[in-house]
Amino acid sequence: MSDIPQDLKFAESHEWVREEGGGLVTVGISDHAQEALGDLVYVEVPDVGAAVTVGDACAVVESVKAASDVYSPVDGEVVAVNEALADAPELINSEPYGEGWIMQVRLADANALDDLLDAEGYANAIADE
Amino acid sequence: MPFIPHTESDVEQMLGAIDAPSIEALFDEIPAELRCGRLDRVPEGMTEMEITRLMHERADADGRPLNFIGAGAYEHHVPAAVWEIVSRGEFYSAYTPYQAEASQGTLQVIYEFQTMMCGLTGLDVSNASLYDGATALAEALLMAVRANRKSKSRRILMPRSVAPVYRQVVETICSTQGLQLVELAYDPATGTTPEAALAEHAGGDITAVVIPHPNFFGCFEAVDQLTDWAHANGALAVALVNPVALALTRAPGEWGAQGVDICCGEGQPLGSPLSSGGPYFGFMTCKQALVRQLPGRIVGRTLDLDGKPGFALTLQAREQHIRRGKATSNICTNQGLLVTAATIHMSILGPAGLQQVARASMANTRKLVDALVELPGVEPVFSGTRFHEAVLRFDQPVRPLIDALGGRGIVGGYALEPVYPELKHCLLVCATETKTDADIDTYVQTLAALMRPASAA
Amino acid sequence: MTEPLIFEHSRPGRTAAAQFPAGDIDAAVPAELARTSGLGLPEVSELQAVRHFTRLSQRNFSIDTHFYPLGSCTMKYNPRACNRLAMLPEFLSRHPLAPVSASQGFLACMFDLQEILKEVTGMKGVSLTPMAGAQGEFAGVAMIRAYHEARGDTERTEILVPDAAHGTNPATATMCGYVAREIPTDANGDVDVEALKAALGPKTAGIMLTNPSTLGVFERKISEISKLVHQAGGLLYYDGANLNAILGKVRPGDMGFDVIHMNLHKTFSTPHGGGGPGSGAVGVSERLLPFMPIPVVGKAADDSYRWLDEDDLPQSIGRLSGFMGNAGVLLRAYVYARMLGRDGMHRVAEFAALNANYLMARLREAGFDPAFPDRRASHEFIITLKRQNKSVGVTATDVAKRLLDHGFHAPTVYFPLLVPECLLIEPTETESKEALDGFIDAMIAIAEEAEADIEQLRGAPYTMPVRRLDDVRAARQLDVRYQPEAAA
Ligand SMILES: Cc1ncc(COP(=O)(O)O)c(C=O)c1O
Repeated sequence: MSDIPQDLKFAESHEWVREEGGGLVTVGISDHAQEALGDLVYVEVPDVGAAVTVGDACAVVESVKAASDVYSPVDGEVVAVNEALADAPELINSEPYGEGWIMQVRLADANALDDLLDAEGYANAIADE
Repeated sequence: MPFIPHTESDVEQMLGAIDAPSIEALFDEIPAELRCGRLDRVPEGMTEMEITRLMHERADADGRPLNFIGAGAYEHHVPAAVWEIVSRGEFYSAYTPYQAEASQGTLQVIYEFQTMMCGLTGLDVSNASLYDGATALAEALLMAVRANRKSKSRRILMPRSVAPVYRQVVETICSTQGLQLVELAYDPATGTTPEAALAEHAGGDITAVVIPHPNFFGCFEAVDQLTDWAHANGALAVALVNPVALALTRAPGEWGAQGVDICCGEGQPLGSPLSSGGPYFGFMTCKQALVRQLPGRIVGRTLDLDGKPGFALTLQAREQHIRRGKATSNICTNQGLLVTAATIHMSILGPAGLQQVARASMANTRKLVDALVELPGVEPVFSGTRFHEAVLRFDQPVRPLIDALGGRGIVGGYALEPVYPELKHCLLVCATETKTDADIDTYVQTLAALMRPASAA
Repeated sequence: MTEPLIFEHSRPGRTAAAQFPAGDIDAAVPAELARTSGLGLPEVSELQAVRHFTRLSQRNFSIDTHFYPLGSCTMKYNPRACNRLAMLPEFLSRHPLAPVSASQGFLACMFDLQEILKEVTGMKGVSLTPMAGAQGEFAGVAMIRAYHEARGDTERTEILVPDAAHGTNPATATMCGYVAREIPTDANGDVDVEALKAALGPKTAGIMLTNPSTLGVFERKISEISKLVHQAGGLLYYDGANLNAILGKVRPGDMGFDVIHMNLHKTFSTPHGGGGPGSGAVGVSERLLPFMPIPVVGKAADDSYRWLDEDDLPQSIGRLSGFMGNAGVLLRAYVYARMLGRDGMHRVAEFAALNANYLMARLREAGFDPAFPDRRASHEFIITLKRQNKSVGVTATDVAKRLLDHGFHAPTVYFPLLVPECLLIEPTETESKEALDGFIDAMIAIAEEAEADIEQLRGAPYTMPVRRLDDVRAARQLDVRYQPEAAA
C-alpha cells in the first residue's frame, strides 16, 4: 500500500487525521475504507460547533448496501465540515485524502495524536484484515 | 395431502438423495425432550367445500348492515376493477420487490402511488406505506423528533380533537422513546382547536404540532394558523389528513406560509374495503429535506445497464435490513397490496371522481344531520365547518340506541361519551356517497321509533 | 416493451364516469380552505386503467407464476379459497366498530384462530392485533419492558440479539428504548454460549432468538440458553419467521420462550401482496398474559364472543392499530388453518424439511458449498459462494440475477450478513420434486457459465423487462415522483 500518504495519522477504524497547525486537524476516511464501502451515495456530517470524542460516531457514510459510522479519531470541537459532500458524496471515493475530507476539528489536547497509527502502522493493520 | 404435491415415490427418491432413513430423521437435531405431541386442540382438517359452508354461515350470521358510522373507517364505493386486478396472482402472491428486475410491476405501481400521494398532499416525497393511519402518525412523530434537531424536549402538541385511538397508539409506540404528548383542548362551541389553546406553549421547546384535517368530530381546523404557529415556535407541523377531504381542500404542502413538514394519514378511504378494520394502509409524505428521516420503503426511477428507465427500491440505508439498530423504523413488511388497490382506485376515479365522492359524502352527511335534528331530543353540537362526519347530542344515552339499531341492521354511529366524558349522550355519525336518500330516511325513521319510549319516560 | 406511466396515458377531461356520483352536488368548503392546486391524479378511462395495471402485473414474478425459493420468507402456495372466503361481502362490509351483537360470525373466526395458534405454539395467550412481524416484535419487547417495570425492575437496558438476526430485531429493540447488544454465532451456526454468558447480567432485559435461526439450522442449545437467560432475570423472545420449519414438531412455549410473534403471512400462507400486508400475531406465556396488546377476543358469560379491552387488561401495553389489526389477513390464515387441520400442521414442517434437505443434498452433490455442511437443513439452508467468488469472481447477486433468466425467483441474498456471498434458499412444502429438480439444473448451468464466461453472467438478467438497474444512480439522483415539468 504505497499510496498511503506518509504525512497522515490513522485510526484502526480507518479514519485519517492531518495536522494543519495551530491545533487544527482535518479528518476523513481512508482509501481502503472507501474501497470497501463502494460507491457512496450520502454523507451525514456533524454540525459545526459539535463536540467530538475519540471513538464516538461523528458522521455516517452511506453506500447503497451499507451505512457505516465514522468514529472521531480525536477529541475536540468541529470548526468546519465539507459542505461539498452534500451534493457530491462520490468525492470520498475519488479523492479520499483530498477533496473528500469530512471535517476540521480544533483539538482539545495538542498531544492527542500520539495514540494514532502512522502510515506504516496503518498499512500493517489493513494487511492483517 | 392438502397443498403438498409429493407422491410416495417422490418421498422415497428424495430421502435416498439425502441419505436419510425417514422424514422423521430430518428432525434429529431437535432435542427429543422438546418434541411436541399431537396438537389435540387443533380441529381435524376440512375440505374446501366444508370450509366454504362454514365461512358462509359465519358471514351470513353477521349480515350486511347499513353503515352510518365512520370514526376512522369509511364505506366508499370501490370500482369492481380494483380488486379484480389486485387479486391477480402476479400482484397478490409476489414478495417485496427486492429483486427489482423481476418486480417492475410492483415497483412501478409504487412509484405511481408515490406520485399521487405527493400530488394530493402537495409535498415532495412519499414512502410506500406504513401499517395504518394510527401507526403512520406514531412514525411521523418519531420522525419529527429525528428531524427537528433544534428541539430537545420531545414534546408533541396533540389536539384532543385527534381520534382517541390514534392518541392511544401514539402513546404505545412512542412512550418507550420518551416522547411526551401534551393535549390541546378544543373549543366546545366550534369543535376545533383554538389559538388560545396554543398560547401557553408559545416560546417553549416544542418538537412538533399535530394538525388533524378534518378532526375526529368531522370539523376542519384552522390549518393555516396552526401550521404558522408551529413554525414560529420552532416546531415541525405534522398534518394528519383524510385523503378524500384533500380532493376539495388545500394541500397540506400549501398550509400557512411554508406548508407542513410531514403529512400522514389513513389510506383506507382510497380503495380498501371496511373489512373489520384492516388491512388498510398508512401513508406518509414530507418535504424533500427530510427524506432521509422518512421511515419505510421508497421506490426510485433509475436506468438499467442499457440506459433504459426502470424502478428500484432506494435509500435503503435508512431501513432495518441495512441500518439495523439505527434504522429510521423497524418496519419491514408494509401494506403493499392495499397501496396497489389505492393506486388503481385513484386512477379510475381521477380528480373529478374523487371530488365527486368527497362532495357527495359531505352532502349526504348534511342531509342526515338536517333530518336528525328535526327529531325532538336531537341537536347539533359543534358549529365548525364539517366534512363528512358530525356530532349530535341526544336527550338520552346513545349506547342503547346503537344496540337497538344494530338489531335492526343499522350501524348507527359511534358513542363519544366513553372517550370524551364531556360529550354526554353524543353520537358521531357519517353518511358517505354510498348512502341514498332512502337509506337516510330508513335510518332516521328507525331511530325515531326507537327514541320515542325513552323520551316519553 | 416499457409500459408508460399511468400519467402518460392521461388526457384532460377524460373520466371513468360510471364509477362516481354524477351531477352538480351542492357541497363546497369555505373559500379559505378550498383547493387551489390540481390533485395530481391521472385522467384515464376505466379500460386504460385496467389495461395499464394488468400489464404492470405481468412484469412481476410471483408464487402463482414462478418457483420463489426466497429464504426466510416462506413463499408457499396461497390457497385461493382463503382469498375467496375472506372476501365474502359480509366480511368486507363489516365496519370495525359494528356492534358485537352483529359480529358473532366474524368474532368466532378470530376466537378459533387464537385457540389454534395457542395450541401450535404452546403459548398461554394470543393477541392477533400486530400487523406484521416487526410490529409483533415491537409488541413482544414492549411486553418484556412492561413486565420488568411492573416488578419495579427498571435497571435493565439491553436486549441481546445474535449477530445473525434479522434487521428488524435490533431495530425493534431500539424502538422500544433498549440498546441492542450483539451476541456472536459459533462455527456451527449455534449461539456462542460462552459469549452469551459473558453478556448476560443485571442489564439484560431479554434475548431475541429465531429458531431455527436465520442461518437455517436448529439452535440445539436452546434449553441451556433459556435457563441462562432466565437465571439472569431476562425473558426470551421468539421471532416466529421460521415457524414453518417446526410446526407440529416442537413448540416455542416448550422451548422456554416467554413471548413470540408469528408471521401469518409466512407460516399460515397469507399472500405477501408485493410487500404486504402481513400479520404478526403474538403469543405469550402465563406471566405476560396481563400485558398483551388489545383488543383480544374473549367469551362472555353467555358464551357469546366479545372484545377484551383496557377494562379487561388494565396492564396491557396498549393499542397498536386503529382497530384490531389486519382482520382480512387473519381470516385468510384462519381458513388455511382449518383446511390443514391437525394432521396438516405436522405435514407442513415435514415436507418443508424434506424439500430443503433434498435441495441441499443435491446442490452439494453438484459442487456447491453449504455454509453449515455438518448440519441438517431446517426448512431452509445457506449456500455460500465464497470459494467460487475467490476463484472466478462470481457473486451471489450474479447467480441471483441469472436465476431470473432461467425462470426462477432468486433466493435471499441480502441477508444474513454473516455469511459471505450467501444464497438463503427456502423451497417450502408446496413445491413438487420436479420444480426443485428444475432449480437444481439451473444452478448447475449457472455454475458452468461462471467458469466459462463470467462476463456473460455479470450482465444478467437478459430476459426481464429491464437489465440490471443502477442502484447508485437511484440514490444519488433521487427520482421518487413523476414530474412532467422536469422531464420536459
Ligand atoms: C427472521 C425474520 N424476522 C422478522 C421478520 C419481519 O417480519 P415482517 O416483515 O412481517 O415485519 C422477517 C421477515 O421479513 C424475518 O425473516
